[in-house]
Amino acid sequence: MNRWAGGFLVIVAVALVVLGVTPFAGGNWIVPWRATGPESLVARQILFELRIPRVLIGFVAGAALAVGGVAFQAMFRNPLATPYTLGVASGASLGAVISFQCGLAFSTWGFSTTAVFAFLGAMATLLVVYAVAMWRAELSVATMLLAGVAMSFFNSSLILILQYLGDPVQVFHAFRWMLGGLEGTIGYDDLKVLLPVVLLSSVVVFALRRELNLLALGDEWATARGVPLMKIKALLLFVTGSMVASVVALCGPIGFVCLIAPHITRLLVGPEHGRLIPAAALLGGAFLVVCDTVARTVLAPTEIPVGVITALLGGPFFLWLLFTRPLSWEWLS
Amino acid sequence: MIPIVSIKNLSLRLSGQEILRDISFDLQAGDYVCLVGPNGSGKTSVLRCVTRVYSRWLGEITVLGKPVRSFSQRELARHLAYLPQADGIAPPYTVEDFVLMARYPFVNPFRPPSAEDREAVEMALRMTELWSLRHRVVRTLSGGERQKVYLAGAIAQQAKVLLLDEPTTFLDVPHQEDVRSLLHRINRQSGVTILAATHDLNAAVLSANRILALREGRLLFSGSPEEFMTTEVVRQVFGFAPQFVRHPQVPLPMIVPSPGGGAT
Repeated sequence: MNRWAGGFLVIVAVALVVLGVTPFAGGNWIVPWRATGPESLVARQILFELRIPRVLIGFVAGAALAVGGVAFQAMFRNPLATPYTLGVASGASLGAVISFQCGLAFSTWGFSTTAVFAFLGAMATLLVVYAVAMWRAELSVATMLLAGVAMSFFNSSLILILQYLGDPVQVFHAFRWMLGGLEGTIGYDDLKVLLPVVLLSSVVVFALRRELNLLALGDEWATARGVPLMKIKALLLFVTGSMVASVVALCGPIGFVCLIAPHITRLLVGPEHGRLIPAAALLGGAFLVVCDTVARTVLAPTEIPVGVITALLGGPFFLWLLFTRPLSWEWLS
Repeated sequence: MIPIVSIKNLSLRLSGQEILRDISFDLQAGDYVCLVGPNGSGKTSVLRCVTRVYSRWLGEITVLGKPVRSFSQRELARHLAYLPQADGIAPPYTVEDFVLMARYPFVNPFRPPSAEDREAVEMALRMTELWSLRHRVVRTLSGGERQKVYLAGAIAQQAKVLLLDEPTTFLDVPHQEDVRSLLHRINRQSGVTILAATHDLNAAVLSANRILALREGRLLFSGSPEEFMTTEVVRQVFGFAPQFVRHPQVPLPMIVPSPGGGAT
């Protein structure tokens, strides 16, 4: 029996319990065996049209953010790197703010234009980062990170200008969007878009697990072992980038999951990506669903934006881990 | 006979700085060649050009008679195993996982490693006497053990050519001897061609059948160990006049440090 198998089983069990319990939790708990009679039609509607889709989309979103974090931390050999570091979140936010401030925020064919703008903003930012890093330094890690950070600041400044000059009502809408949250989920439409994107991208990332193992050792080692660096980096950048961009487009820039979920998972199942990727997906999913359940329960009927809760719950927990556990993500001596 | 690796007029500039200029040499199958030279003379850069870690060089490099650029990186790794300088990495993986990662050029992305991969790993671990340490995490091992793990990785790659960057530099004397005898066996028994960049001139002339000496990015000397170990050649390459003593077992001069340092 592998010494990491225990950690994997714990994560699977946690994910199953979270998925099984959280749909019933809320401002009004739904007791499963009382939700069968005709008088509980409302309870069933709440369960099937609101809570279950919300839990599912939270799980898929959390999984995508965690897998994105795993891929970027390995590719950049940096414990702080996430798709957000390269400007995915700020690019999406800029897209969303443009849609609000230019009066383009509406829904059509089951699609919100804000989500489309956010996705395009994120992808445009990634493209700029890719182009700069490719042209200057053949996708060197440091150049990509610096270009990403520069683009994040640039996007943030544009957002500030638009917000400063914009219509106050739209400013509030945009502000609320940028806090991130899952409360917009009604029914299964969003899930039908997000699930295939996340599944497909995660399969690609999993297929690249051996490349990620080697990239975590550094570009020179990966090349020595036969990894075609440019192709693999570009593939990872755009596959995980578009996956995370889709999540941000639909749920807003929910912070912290893509940073913390990979680290916690690494402590439980080790740094080998064949185990790390599926385990991080389950743990990231469960973590976001728990945070969202807290967000919609503690002050019910008022909701707290889930992005606030992820950092509020995750921050102290992460600090506790830092105090008590070895630093297993230190690839550098 | 077609050389297994052939380099013609290799030049490299990085950030406007000339790193290599007009380097030409061949490696024949079964060669054990040591690449020596002062710090910054371009030893590592030569290895990086051959393995395509650097891509923007000029000149011609062929492997098995084919231009090195015509190989995919994976194909190239089946012919050339490269062991980069190992300072600065501390793999968090187990010894076995790490060595298995060297089988990357052979594994199917959608399948677990094959029996053949497992065998190659076991053979490499047994050759390097690491079998009993296979479940240890690499970063928890000593420097000497780690270096053997990296070497085991290169062996598991089962390439015809081994390119080594300072394989013994950070090791104590017993570990240096260990690694050298291992390389000797790989070269003689398995017929693996070796090109090693090293600072250790005594070890280089004892191991290699040919010495290449670089200085400021140019190839100043190519010849036998005996031809290299002369005051004139060493002075020309390193800019200092060495003191020689005779090796007690083989007819080769060895360089010894002078008592006060600063030999001229």
